[in-house]
Parts: sequence; C-alpha cells; structure tokens
Amino acid sequence: MKNNRRSFIKLAGIAAAGLAIAPKAMAAAMGGSAPIKEDPKGITAKQWAMVIDTTRLNTAQGIEKLAKVCHSVHNVPFIEGKQEVKWLWPDIYEHSFTEQENPYLADAVKKRQYALLCNHCQNPPCVRVCPTKATYKRPDGIVDMDYHRCIGCRYCMAGCPYGSRSFNWGEPRDHLDLAALNKEYPTRMRGVVEKCNFCVERLAVGKLPACVEASNGAIHFGDLNDPNSEVRAVLRERFTIRRKPSAGTEPSVYYII
Amino acid sequence: MLEIALKGSKRYYGWIAFLLVLIAIGSMAWLDQIVNGLKITGMGRDVSWGFYISQFTYLVGLAASGVMIVLPNYFHNYKPNKHMVIFGEFMAIAACIMCLLFIVVDIGQPTRMLNVILHATPNSILFWDMIVLNGYLGLNLLVGWVCLQADRARLPHPKWLKPFIYTSIIWAFSIHTVTAFLYQGLPGRHYWLTAILAARFLASAFCSGPAILLLVMMATEKFTTFKMPRKAVTTLVKIIMYAMCVNMFFFGLEVFTAFYSNMPGHMHPLVYLFAGYHGHTELVGLMWTFIALAAVSITLLVTPKLRNNLKLLPWTLGILVIATWIDKGLGLLIGGFNPTPFHTITPYWPTAKELLVSMMVYAIGALVVTILFKIATGVKEELGQSQAMACGCSTEDECDCTHGCVCTEECTCKEA
Ligand code: SF4
Ligand code: SF4
Repeated sequence: MKNNRRSFIKLAGIAAAGLAIAPKAMAAAMGGSAPIKEDPKGITAKQWAMVIDTTRLNTAQGIEKLAKVCHSVHNVPFIEGKQEVKWLWPDIYEHSFTEQENPYLADAVKKRQYALLCNHCQNPPCVRVCPTKATYKRPDGIVDMDYHRCIGCRYCMAGCPYGSRSFNWGEPRDHLDLAALNKEYPTRMRGVVEKCNFCVERLAVGKLPACVEASNGAIHFGDLNDPNSEVRAVLRERFTIRRKPSAGTEPSVYYII
Repeated sequence: MLEIALKGSKRYYGWIAFLLVLIAIGSMAWLDQIVNGLKITGMGRDVSWGFYISQFTYLVGLAASGVMIVLPNYFHNYKPNKHMVIFGEFMAIAACIMCLLFIVVDIGQPTRMLNVILHATPNSILFWDMIVLNGYLGLNLLVGWVCLQADRARLPHPKWLKPFIYTSIIWAFSIHTVTAFLYQGLPGRHYWLTAILAARFLASAFCSGPAILLLVMMATEKFTTFKMPRKAVTTLVKIIMYAMCVNMFFFGLEVFTAFYSNMPGHMHPLVYLFAGYHGHTELVGLMWTFIALAAVSITLLVTPKLRNNLKLLPWTLGILVIATWIDKGLGLLIGGFNPTPFHTITPYWPTAKELLVSMMVYAIGALVVTILFKIATGVKEELGQSQAMACGCSTEDECDCTHGCVCTEECTCKEA
C-alpha cells in the first residue's frame, strides 16, 4: 500500500515535469519560433528606424495626406475633439521639439509642420510600464501592441513622453466607414490603446510602411544597426534631431532640419 | 460575529438603505459606462487618467494611515490606542476595497483584468501595486478579524498572528510607496518626476487618513456607546499635526527646487496650477484654496489651545481633509498631465457621470465601514471596553465619575 502510494506520487511527479517541459521541447523541435509560416518576401532588421526630411515634408496638407493613408490602412477611427485617435499627425516646431526651442529660430524651420508618430524608442517607457506585455518590443526594434491582451489601464499613455498613444474611449467602429475597411488589418474594440506600429503587417510581406511609400522619398526607412542601410547613409550626411532626447528613450525617428 | 451587523436600530437600517440607494444610482452611471465606454468621462488623449485614478491615489493614503494607530500600539506599546486598533484596520479594509474598485471602473477592458496575473509583468509598477494592495487587504482582514474574535471570546490574541501584524505595519508603508512609484518613475511627467513624491504621499496620507478616521469615529460615537479614549485622540491629533507640517514642508521643497533652479519642466506644472499657463487658469482658485485651507488647518493644529478644543476639532480635521484632497485628489493628477507632452494645456474636469460612478464606489466604501464598525463597536460594547460614561469620558480615561461632574475638555472629576 505504502509502496504503491509512493510510486504513484513519483509517477505523478514525472508526469507533471513532463507536462512542464513538453511545450518547450516542442518549441525547440520547431526551431524556437511560433508555428506561423513566414513570408519569404518579408523584410527584417535589427532596429527599424525612420528619418523624416522636414525640408521636403513640412506642410500640414502634405502630412495630413500621409496620415490619411496610414489611418485608412489601419482602420483608425476619425473622432474629433480631445478623445481623438491618431497614429500620424502634423504639429508645429514648439509642440514637436519641446526643450529644444529657440526664440530666434530660422523662419523656415519655424514655419514648418512636423510629422509626429510613435518613435519606436529603443528604451520605451510604454513597454516598461505595461502590466500585461500588451505593449512589447519586437526583435526588430518595433514597439507593437496586442489589442487582445490590453486591459485599457492607460499606464502606457502616462508613460509615453511623446503623446504618441490614443485610447478608444468609445466604440471605434462607430467612427469608421465600414464599407471602406481594410480587410487586411483588424479594427479595434473599445477600451484598448493603439498607436503607430511602423506597419509591421506590411514589413512582414515585404512592403515598406504606408507613409514611407506615399512620401515620395521624403521619409527614409531602414535598419539603424546596418551601416550600409539607407537611413544610416542619410544620417551620416544630414543634420538630424530627435524629440526629447533628455527622456533617455532613444527614439528611432529622426528629423532632418 | 457577522450576526452583530444584522441586529440594528431603525436608524442603522435607514442609513444602510440610504447607502444602497446611492449605490444603485451610481451603478446606473456605471452601467452606462460599461455599455458606452469611458467616453462618458471627461478624460481624453492628453489627460488620460482622471477622477477615478486620483481618488484611488487618495484612498491608498487612507488605507495606509491606519498604521498611525497600529504602530504606536505594537511597536511602542502605547496602550491608550489598544481599543482603537481594530478601527484603523477596518478602515484600511474599506479603503483597499474602494481603491480596487476605482481601478476596476477606470480600466477600459475590466473583463481582462486577470491578464495582470496571467501575464504577470514584474517590470510594471502596476503589477506590484496589485500585489501590495491585495496583500494589505488580506493582512488587515486576517489581523482585524482574528483579533476581534479573540477579544470577543475574552482570549489573548493568538501568538501566530504576531508576524502578520508586524508585516502589515511595514506593508502599510509599502502600499503608498509603490503607489507613488506608479507616478514618479515616468520620464515625461515633470510634476511627478521627483524623488520626494513617495515621501510626500506618505506625509499627506498620515495626516489626511487619521483625520478621516477620527471624523468617522466621532460620527460613530454619536450612534453607539463607544467612546474614544481621550489620550488616543490627542496623540492622534498630534500625529496629524506633524504629518501635515511635514507634508507642506515637502511641498515647499518642490516649489523651491522648481523655481530656484528655474528648470522649465519643473516650473510649468506649478505655474499652471497656481497661476495659469497659456491663458488656462481653471485650477488656480482651487489650488490657492488648498494653500489657504492648509494654512488654516496648520494654525489650528499647532496652537495647543485650539488643537485641544474638542468642539473645534471636527472643523480642523474637515479643513485639513479638504486641503489635502484638493492637493492629492485633484491637483496632483491634472498637474501631472498638464502641460501635455506638446507643452499645451488640455483642461480636465470630471463629468457628472464620472462623479456618479465615483459616488457609487464611495458609497460601497461607506457601507463596508458601517458594517465593520457596527461589528467592532458591538463587540466593544459586549466587553464594556472604551464605553461612554455619563460625564462624557471614556471608560479608558482614568475617570471615576462618582462626582456627578461633566467633563468637557479634560477629565475634571479628580479635581472635584
Ligand atoms: S514614442 Fe511613446 S509609444 Fe512610441 S515607443 Fe516611445 S514611449 Fe512608446
Ligand atoms: S493600456 Fe494596454 S497597452 Fe497600455 S499599459 Fe495598459 S495594458 Fe498595456
């Protein structure tokens, strides 16, 4: 009897250990990746980055045009007022580059509008504070979101020093033209946060981000870790600044001034 | 012991019915929020936390403050507090419940709340806040209930409880520290980005919390036979006085650092709150009210004659509670979000529905306090501990009322 019980406990222990190991063993057998077939056309990087040429892209209309493309590709609802949702938008120098102001700024720089979006920070506070990993950093440096895991606590919005994030205060689908939805990208439900995702869904199939594609070359996009990439070439040649360098977030969006 | 909560006067049931009505009214607004989303609130893209989270913050202070009664009793063997301890613990339970409810009503997808545990993320302070708040709630439930039950059976408190009691005392400090960390670790919010925030939170908690507790206890005295020992009250009021002075001192440190250094990021939120910024002066009146009321309450507290005037005391405490509430339950949050990351101002004011939902949570808290205090005072009455005497003293007050005197501020019987 006693023996029996002991061997039963042993067996149960082994079974439990097996259960714990099994998924890992399976994952190892599959090469450690999720069982998703990757598109061979997909493009990858160590740290995706963007360089925006503000000498070329600097009007509200020009940026609004790109925002329209972005927002329709990602089914971003159009809401007016303080509960708006936006991924990409124009703003003036003083609002964009706070703490880097200068009362005697060159007229040209002062008159420009600047394209603002999530900076896909290398040190993102939004990821640090998220209690569910719904906001997370991908191996390619993009700060992405899982809309199905987000609990809507909005800690990430308090954490982001750039005001890059929007919350769906109400039902976003009420503010979308349901007939004109992009079926390739999900709509969101109420109560979750969203923001620019550097078009991860397009990179996965070998396309550049929608705004880059529509910018006629005014936005450069590439791998910051590759010295031969387009963005590194531009950064070597042109003078660039980033938003709020003092926050220590290391933004991956650069602005040519 | 729960049966004590069921036996009550008409007035007791009337009060409970009143609270239930408030809860019912508030829950209508909450249902509306569940159906339509948080768009019914005054929050927005720039001020993304509002009244709910600021009430949560203020109430964490109330939860932590019970320790100002418990600590002298256990660490300093200060026995006049002996019969007050249970009320500090029960108040903490109600405050913790309100805190958790304010989080629940604030989040956009409450049904996914368990993700915080299922996908535990220790680098998020919110994860730790969940742990410390629930832990503190559990500790107080355990300690409060076991002690009261032992008291009722006229048994000494069980020995095994000691470690839990000491843990809960240390834990009280942790809940408000972690809540401050929620704010003070964010790189872009200058009003919060200050090492003294946790200390300021604790200081403001240790004055406002005991003040609220005393006010509730004074009301309890009106409806029960319970009477706080005079020594316990005067000691607590002294603690409140010191904590309020420290609180305002810390605030002064903030002001000095911001303006002497002339760092724009540090100055702007204060300028917005106290003088207006970019033509926005929404909060100026309120913030100066806070300063004025804080000054009045400190004056009333530091002057011994006024401090010991029991008639004046409820007013003093009330003024203090309003002052600290404006500071921490309103200004702290709005000043953190304004100026926005774009150096603009987005005014925020809660909507009526937001206030109704908050009323629901406060009414639930009041209900919990009522029931728990009913039980505690019931047990104290059975045991004849800390009861009101005809002269106005408490049975704990070393007063033998054989002289038929009336004790007002001090026990005068012995002299008579
Ligand atoms: S810009 Fe804001 S949202 Fe984007 S990665 Fe940085 S901190 Fe996160
Ligand atoms: S709102 Fe969502 S993404 Fe943002 S911190 Fe909370 S759970 Fe994470």
